[in-house]
Amino acid sequence: MASDVKARVKVPKSATAGGTITIKTLISHKMESGQRKDGDGNVIPRSIINRFTCEFNGQLVIDVVLEPAISTNPYFEFEATVPEAGEFTFTWYDDDGDVYTETKAISVS
Amino acid sequence: MKRTTTLVSVLALAAWTAGPTLAGPDDHQLVINDEIQIITEAAAPAHMDGIDTIYSGWRFRADETQALELDDFENPGMIGVENAMAIWETVDGSEGKSCASCHESAESSMKGVRAVYPKWNEAAGEVRTLEMQINDCRTTRMGAEKWKWSGGDMVDMTALISSVSRGMPVNVAIDGPAQSTWEKGKEIYYTRFGQLELSCANCHEDNYGNMIRADHLSQGQINGFPSYRLKTAKLGSVHNRFKGCVRDTRAETFADGSPEFVALELYVASRGNGLSVEGPSVRN
Repeated sequence: MASDVKARVKVPKSATAGGTITIKTLISHKMESGQRKDGDGNVIPRSIINRFTCEFNGQLVIDVVLEPAISTNPYFEFEATVPEAGEFTFTWYDDDGDVYTETKAISVS
Repeated sequence: MKRTTTLVSVLALAAWTAGPTLAGPDDHQLVINDEIQIITEAAAPAHMDGIDTIYSGWRFRADETQALELDDFENPGMIGVENAMAIWETVDGSEGKSCASCHESAESSMKGVRAVYPKWNEAAGEVRTLEMQINDCRTTRMGAEKWKWSGGDMVDMTALISSVSRGMPVNVAIDGPAQSTWEKGKEIYYTRFGQLELSCANCHEDNYGNMIRADHLSQGQINGFPSYRLKTAKLGSVHNRFKGCVRDTRAETFADGSPEFVALELYVASRGNGLSVEGPSVRN
């Protein structure tokens, strides 16, 4: 597992039904591109988050493919409409097979 | 036909002159998390001759860079603060102590500390920076290994200590026993170094607001340190920044933690007396 990986998500606690909210996510990850060499000239193997998804009550909100040029600690900010109360599930897929998940509940007023 | 040509050239000239003019700091206000008011502009302290108004480096950065500091969630430097919060609670060394064993909550015990450092230490008989004080704690109280001056743990810890004082005015003492160190720092500030024969003042006092190639020169204030640089994608210490500047004059630099840089840090910090503690800041 890549070291020091920590996912962070910021979602409002409540929204109006059908309203739009802003979601912010950040995962600390070194995003090693696979292009660099160490002091001895050996290639440092690629190790990045290669996919990020967000689902709301099982329905896909966003699905992102990440490439090696994306810098360290990838940050995503996007909008979502909230039709009903429920739960957002955020998933990050690591090159090494690890999957990091965060969930956030939201109520509707 | 001739008229059209003239008109076109007049328009071209107008478009050229209407481009972004970067003659000085902008007039934006910095409020972090909608609650912490940061003073980014203040009257210069009495000891400064060359400048009337002091500005945080934040005021010289592009809008996009500035925006990263408005919300802790978007400030990449806060990742370092979070790391340091974990270290704060972690026992290290032969005495079986963590930072929290003596200092309890960093939020209350470290509030205001960043604002007065570097500071004269009576027992040691020297001016100490935060890094020196942290390493003194680690070696004499915790029985732990020293941290490297600009190493990851050290910079993260200074970021944590800065973050709890954000909004408080920098107020380092320059008189009394600290005065000789301060004088030494001032001398270094105005001494030309390197093949390019540049002093700190040549850029940061005489030419702040102007462009140095692609960079918008600030006053070189250090109220925002440690600072997350987008260029290196990590937090950097003040001395790391000093080294970069001295190197750019094509000089041999002083080392991290050298007496010269400690003196310079005290002097440069005193030039920011009145600005808010802002670290961890975000710069390009």
